[in-house]
Amino acid sequence: MTSSPALPLPFDETRRRGGLLTGLLSSDLPRSRALSFILLAIFVLLAATPFLFSGSQPVGTAAKICVFIVLVASYDLLLGYSGIVSFAHTMFFGIGGYGIAIALERMGPTWSSAAIGLIAALALSAVLAIAIGLLSLRVRAIFFSMITLAVATAAAVLASQLSEITGGEDGLSFQLPPALRPAFRLFSEPVFGTMINGRLLAYYLVFVVSLLVFLALLRIVNSPFGRVLQAIRENEFRAEALGYRVVAYRTAASVISALAATIAGALMALWLRYNGPDTTLSFSIMIDILLMVVIGGMGTMYGAVIGAALFVLAQSYLQVLMGAGSAALAGIPLLPNLIHPDRWLLWLGALFIISVYAFPGGVVGRLRQGKS
Amino acid sequence: MSDMAAPSSAPAELPRAKTDWLPLLLIPALGLLALPFVGSPSTWVTLTVAGLAMGMMIFLMASGLTLVFGLMDIINFGHGVFISLGAYATLLVLGPLAGWALSDSIGLNLALLGLCILVAMGVTALAGAVFERVIVRPVYGSHLKQILVTMGGLIVTEQLIHAIWGASPIPIPLPQSLRGAFVLGDIVMERYRVIAVVIGLVVFMGMQLILNRTRIGLLIRAGVENPEMVEALGYRIRRLFVSVFIAGSALAGLGGVMWAFYRQTLTAGMGMEVMVLVFIVIIIGGLGSVGGCFVGSILVALVANYVGFIEPKLALISNILVMALVLVWRPQGLFPVARR
Repeated sequence: MTSSPALPLPFDETRRRGGLLTGLLSSDLPRSRALSFILLAIFVLLAATPFLFSGSQPVGTAAKICVFIVLVASYDLLLGYSGIVSFAHTMFFGIGGYGIAIALERMGPTWSSAAIGLIAALALSAVLAIAIGLLSLRVRAIFFSMITLAVATAAAVLASQLSEITGGEDGLSFQLPPALRPAFRLFSEPVFGTMINGRLLAYYLVFVVSLLVFLALLRIVNSPFGRVLQAIRENEFRAEALGYRVVAYRTAASVISALAATIAGALMALWLRYNGPDTTLSFSIMIDILLMVVIGGMGTMYGAVIGAALFVLAQSYLQVLMGAGSAALAGIPLLPNLIHPDRWLLWLGALFIISVYAFPGGVVGRLRQGKS
Repeated sequence: MSDMAAPSSAPAELPRAKTDWLPLLLIPALGLLALPFVGSPSTWVTLTVAGLAMGMMIFLMASGLTLVFGLMDIINFGHGVFISLGAYATLLVLGPLAGWALSDSIGLNLALLGLCILVAMGVTALAGAVFERVIVRPVYGSHLKQILVTMGGLIVTEQLIHAIWGASPIPIPLPQSLRGAFVLGDIVMERYRVIAVVIGLVVFMGMQLILNRTRIGLLIRAGVENPEMVEALGYRIRRLFVSVFIAGSALAGLGGVMWAFYRQTLTAGMGMEVMVLVFIVIIIGGLGSVGGCFVGSILVALVANYVGFIEPKLALISNILVMALVLVWRPQGLFPVARR
C-alpha cells in the first residue's frame, strides 16, 4: 500500500518508517489491492460476526475460521517457508486440545487449571517436536514426512486407547471458567442489540489470541530467522555451506510451528467445550490443513487466512450447493454420485492438484500476479 | 541382495560385494529373544507364523514403493490408494463368481483367489500407468511437490472409490476352504496366513530372480545405483521407470487383495491405514532396497505380534520404537542403496 514502487521487493529489514500498520504486519504487506481488500473484509467480518449475525452457527463458523487460520499459518511456516512436509501437525493440535480438556475436567473450571493445561501441553509439544526433528531431519528431509505420519498415527491410536485419561473415542466434555459460560453477563443491558454474554467473550478470546499468534508468526517469518529458513528451502546445501546449521534451523521451525498448533488446539477445545479424536486428531483434519495451505498459497502467511476462510466456508455451505446439483441430475448414472454432497472433497482434491501444478502461489500468488 | 550366491565362507579375496549378514541375523535373534517371554513354544510358533504372514503382506505392499523411490527418487504418498483399489477390484470377481467362494472344493477356492489377484493386479497396473502419467510425471525432481501432488491424487482416487462403490464398508467373505486353521499338536496355524506366507515368499523369490538373473533386473539395479550412467549408456531409463512404477502398483494391488481377505472388510481408507507400516518398513529397510524391505517387513510384523502378546499397551508404539532403534544404529536404514 505505502511501499514505494522503486523497491519491488521488501528486502529491507532495517526500514521501519511505515507507521503502525507496517509495524504490526512486520513490513510484509499484502502487496495487492484485491488481496488487501479481501483480507480487510475477512478481518472486519470476523471481528464483528457476533453483532452482524444472529444464531449460533455463524459465530461457530467464525470461531472455526479463527482457529484454523492459526493452525494453517503455523503449518505454512513448515511447508511454505521451510519446505518440509509434516503429517504430525494434527498431533500438536490434539495435544493442545487435550491439555485444556484434561486440565479443566480434572482440576475444575478455573483459569489457573486452564493455564496449567496449556503450559503442560506446550511443554509436551516442544519435547516431541525436538525429538522428531532430531531423529529424522538429520538424515533426510523426506524421512521427516514419513516419520511424522507414523508418529501422528501412533498418537491418534494412543489417544483413543488410553480412555481413562483421554476419554477414548468419546472424548472429553468439560466446564469452562464461569466468565466464559453462556449464563455470564458482562453488562445487564444489551450492546448494539446483542447481549454481552460469556459465549461472546469466549469468541473474542479465540479471536484476539488467534490474531496475536498470527501476527507473531508473521513477525517470525519476516525476521532474519525466517529468511534463513527460506534460504534453506531454496538451497539446503548452499545454506549449510554459508554456515547455517540446517538441522538446528529446521528443528527450531518445527518447534515453533508445533507450539502455535498447540495454542490453536487449546482455543478449539475452549470454544467447543469438548475435545475428542475426531475434532483435533484425525487424519482428515491433516488433509484439510494441506488443502487450505496449498489453495490459499504456500509461503505467504496471508494464504493461510484466505485458505482457511475459503475452506471452512466451503465445508459449511458448498455441500448445500452440491446437494442441489446432485438432485437436479438424479436420472443419470454415476454423475449424481460425483456431485453428491459427501463428495465435496473430490473437487477440492482436484483443485488442490491443479493448484500445485498451475498456481504454486495459490490464491494469494494469483492475486499478487494480477496486480503487476 | 545381489550376493545371494556369494560363497559365505570365502574371505575378501574375490572382488565381490560382501554380504551384510547382520540385519538378516536380526530376525532369528528377535525370535529367540521373544521365546522366553512368550513362554509356551506352541504359542510362540503361532505368533511367529502370524507375524510372518503379516510381514509378507506388508512386504508385498511396500516392495513396489521402495523400488520406485530408489530408481527415480520419487516418493509416492498415493501408493496406499492402489492397495485400496486392488482390494475393491476383488468385488469385480466376487460379484459374478460368488458361488465359487461358497463351494468346499479347495481347487475352486484357490482359483477364485488367483483370479481376484490377477484382476486386481490388472486394475492397479492400469491405474498406476494413469497415475504416473497424470499425477507424477509433471513433478519429477521436486520432493515437496511430489508429496503434495501424490497426496492430492490419493484424496481424489479415494473419493472416486467412494463414488463408484459407495462410502460404507463392504464385507467380503473368505472362501470356504481357506477358513479355519491347521492344528499340529498344540500348534495352531490359520490356513489363510500360511497361504499368505507362501505367496509372499514366491513373490520375493520371483523379484530376486528378476532383479539378479535377468537383463531388465540388471538395468533396474544399475538405475537405482546411478540413473545418469544408465541413461548415458543409451537405455531409456524413463521407460524403465514407468514399467517399474506400473509393476509396483500391481504389487500393491496384490497386497491389497491379500490384506482385504485378511481383514474381510473393504474401506477406501484401508490402504492409507496400512501405509504407515509401509513407510516404517521402507525407512527401516533403506530406501530403494528390496532385501531391506523384506527384512524390515518381517521385523516390524514380528515385533508387533510378540509385543502385542506380551504387553498389549506397548504394541501401539512398538513400530516407532523399532524404527527409532534401527535409525540410531544405521541412519540410512538396514541396507542403504540409493545414495542421494
